[in-house]
Amino acid sequence: MILASVGEDFFRAILQGTPSGTVFALVALGFVLTYKTSGVFNLAFGAQAYISAALYFHAVNQWGWSTVPALLLSVFAVAPAIGLVLERTMFRRLRTASAVAKLVVAIGLNVALPAIFELAVRYEPVAGRTPTGIVPNGASVFYDPFGIYPFSRDELAQMAVALCGALLLAALFRFTSIGLSMRAVVESPRMTEMAGIRADWVSAFAWALSSAFAGMAGVLIAPRFNTLIAPDFFYLVVVAIAAAAIGRLVSLPRALAGGLLLGWGTAVFNTFAPDWAESFTFLEPLTDNITPAIPFIVLFGILVLWPAIRRLREANDPMAGVDPPPPAPPDYKRHPYLTMGIRAFTLSFLIILGWVVFTQADVRWLFLVTQAVVLSIVYLSITVITGFAGQISLCQGAFAAIGGFTVFQMADRWDVPVLLAAVAGAFVAAAVGGLLSIPVLRLGGVWLALATLAFAYFFDAVVVKFPWVGGGETSLFQGTRIPRPHLGPLDFNDDKAFLVLALIVLVVVSSLVIQLREGTIGRTLRVLRGSEVAAESIGISPAKARVAAFAVSAFIAGLGGAMLSMHQENVNYPNNFAPATALFWLVLVVSLSARTVEGAIQAGAAFSLFPPIILNGTILAWILRAEERVPGIFPVSPKWRFVLFGLAAVQYARHPEGMLEFSKRRSISRLDARLFEKYPHAGHAKLRRARRGEPAARPEAVAEESES
Amino acid sequence: MKPPDSAPPVLEMRSVEAAYGPFRALFGVSLHVGEGEAVGILGANGAGKTAVARVASGLVPPNAGAVHIGGVDMSGENAYKFARAGVAHAPEGRSVLATFTVRENLELSFRRALGRRGVKSGLDRAFDFFPRLGERRNQIAGTLSGGEQRMLSLARVLVEEPRLLIADELSLGLAPIIIDEVYRILESIRGAGTSLLIIEQHVTYAQNLCDRIVLMDHGQLDWVGPAQQAGDALAARLFSPNSPRQ
Repeated sequence: MILASVGEDFFRAILQGTPSGTVFALVALGFVLTYKTSGVFNLAFGAQAYISAALYFHAVNQWGWSTVPALLLSVFAVAPAIGLVLERTMFRRLRTASAVAKLVVAIGLNVALPAIFELAVRYEPVAGRTPTGIVPNGASVFYDPFGIYPFSRDELAQMAVALCGALLLAALFRFTSIGLSMRAVVESPRMTEMAGIRADWVSAFAWALSSAFAGMAGVLIAPRFNTLIAPDFFYLVVVAIAAAAIGRLVSLPRALAGGLLLGWGTAVFNTFAPDWAESFTFLEPLTDNITPAIPFIVLFGILVLWPAIRRLREANDPMAGVDPPPPAPPDYKRHPYLTMGIRAFTLSFLIILGWVVFTQADVRWLFLVTQAVVLSIVYLSITVITGFAGQISLCQGAFAAIGGFTVFQMADRWDVPVLLAAVAGAFVAAAVGGLLSIPVLRLGGVWLALATLAFAYFFDAVVVKFPWVGGGETSLFQGTRIPRPHLGPLDFNDDKAFLVLALIVLVVVSSLVIQLREGTIGRTLRVLRGSEVAAESIGISPAKARVAAFAVSAFIAGLGGAMLSMHQENVNYPNNFAPATALFWLVLVVSLSARTVEGAIQAGAAFSLFPPIILNGTILAWILRAEERVPGIFPVSPKWRFVLFGLAAVQYARHPEGMLEFSKRRSISRLDARLFEKYPHAGHAKLRRARRGEPAARPEAVAEESES
Repeated sequence: MKPPDSAPPVLEMRSVEAAYGPFRALFGVSLHVGEGEAVGILGANGAGKTAVARVASGLVPPNAGAVHIGGVDMSGENAYKFARAGVAHAPEGRSVLATFTVRENLELSFRRALGRRGVKSGLDRAFDFFPRLGERRNQIAGTLSGGEQRMLSLARVLVEEPRLLIADELSLGLAPIIIDEVYRILESIRGAGTSLLIIEQHVTYAQNLCDRIVLMDHGQLDWVGPAQQAGDALAARLFSPNSPRQ
């Protein structure tokens, strides 16, 4: 009797989990398809799915199109076209780039693509307007085959497409030449061409196919969401990566199974998990919120505990030696006078800027400038982990939030002075960062990025919900209020005083970062960034330096997060620190300059000052004296910053030191050559040769055959 | 030696210059391989042998000069067009698709070269040449030993009987017994009409197989002549006090 009821509960849980499992499976299939056919960890998959879904919805709703033409446009025309454009303009050139470089490109696209789409068709997500699916009455007609759990038509359509898609795609890879060719191009385009296969066409086809699949998945999944917004699709991709990881990221049938297992497992867990919260009330937030976090726990667990997936390193292209080496960044050597000149210019610029800000700025501008300074502190954490250590961490937002929440809790509960609490918050963040880095030590590159992303989402879904972190229900109504600091007679309630405090912290952290770069840890990290194997072979232990880098980076992020919370007098987690927000931080820093302190400061300024100054045309309008002189331009949508910086991050593969850094160095060395041509120094010779188009090295120095 | 007047040479390179990015590798190399002819390239490391092979198979486009395949100018064309024109290149080292199985590695190329129906017989021939590969036909190529990967790389081009077979560091990493076998196969497909461009460190092997030998140095042709005289030319270069390489 009990057995029968357990059996029925189990069966019901399976049925309940099937729809969500199918959605995971659909996205996982698309993700695996892209990975298999392009070698790209396409985090922009969700953005592609979002565009098709939104376009379909927009065409049906706004333009009054019927289902079939809207579907043809969004899934079979626009989606593959986007894929083709991405392949042609970006990924074709990146075929032999490292997986990490491609990942950063995909992150940049994930930021840029939705904004481009929304600007292009003037689409604005409206809260509460639930998208309609392609099936007539899909959400309101139900079928109940077993008399236990009804499925909607939409859900049945998703299941059918997921199953057919998996079977068809598996057959494509198993039985056809194009399937074999697509896999071959990922591994070595040149080997494929030597077999007489046109690699460009094959990879274009692969992108069109996987993008169309992304579009299809997007349109099918859209009715699940209340409001059609891009971050939901990104969240779904991260969940789907967990499902794909169960299939080791290369097997389509296993990705399908992985998605279903994840859906079923979650439902079964919900049905049968003991309710500890009844006896231990402090666990309530955990049991309440664990369900959406299960995929992230699974993903993190797989990455850390399953060695097989880590060994799935990118296969090296045996013909990589044919490609010329990437261009080296221009030399830093320059004439001492020029260095002095640049320093004098920078200093006077800063002094004038400071004077303007402290005497002329109103409340709004003061706020924006302070925000820029505070964000620069946060971004220095990315400089350490991504710029110095070469690791992509996507959980800097969580570290920063830890700093903010620590200040909130300590000030709220025990009236600890907030400055002290900020330092404590930085140490807590450092401890969490150090601890987190231990299980992920052996992961590199893409896997580390995924593990940190899983952590960020786990933090977002579960940890924030605990009263001793996010404040629980009271903070829902009252916010997470934080007072401004006092230091003896100094009251930082005054905005200008707080700006001074932020500047002091920025200077201290900057010098710490420079010390780190020039010290043992910094040099060790530089070696590790070059080649971990080579570093180990000369006796460097990667572990210590990695843990240190993570801890220092988390410390800085925590401190910055605490400052940001103090500045806004509120932690404001969803706006400031949510995982998708932190993704944009990385894009900003990487596209400007990830390896220098200036880069982080410029990124901070770009985040907070770029929209009001450049986009809203403050400068332009000031020059033109009136906005009306250029009709139709103002106001410029702030979304442009996502487009611009997202697309700039795409350059990461060619210029890992940062686009801005690259062009800055180039123009400085050109200026140097022009001004001081008569006073030659070591930096000149190389530049002059390059300008004349001469080779950098004499032929005698060429070693073109690598002996293995 | 002049190419025969009747048929254009299978491969003709005219004053080819080539570079890897800023690094120049070839300086005005002119070379031809006639129909059914076997040419061997010898030279020290960094002499430009591999660059010649890569230019001849379209992997590296020439910066200046021209590459003709069967009388057709193919300079700057993509590598797949060279392959379709009948050039098969077995690059040096472990040049296999590491995540593919042995069988998939061969199939990828056989499907086009031998046609869909020819794949089966092609696989049979490949496993006939190298029984070791037959035993491991479903193994992932990246897990094969170095010598086995070399066999796989060669099996692909040997079975196809292309118009021009280019083999880079042909015998490197192979057991002597296998080298003998490879040369026996080369001899036989050459009889069937395939031209050969071989890069080889074993002077005697090259001499026995090839009609002509090319010695390369510093990205240029140093000496071209009949295979039998190559030994003397090489010795003269090694031991002459005026030698550029000492």
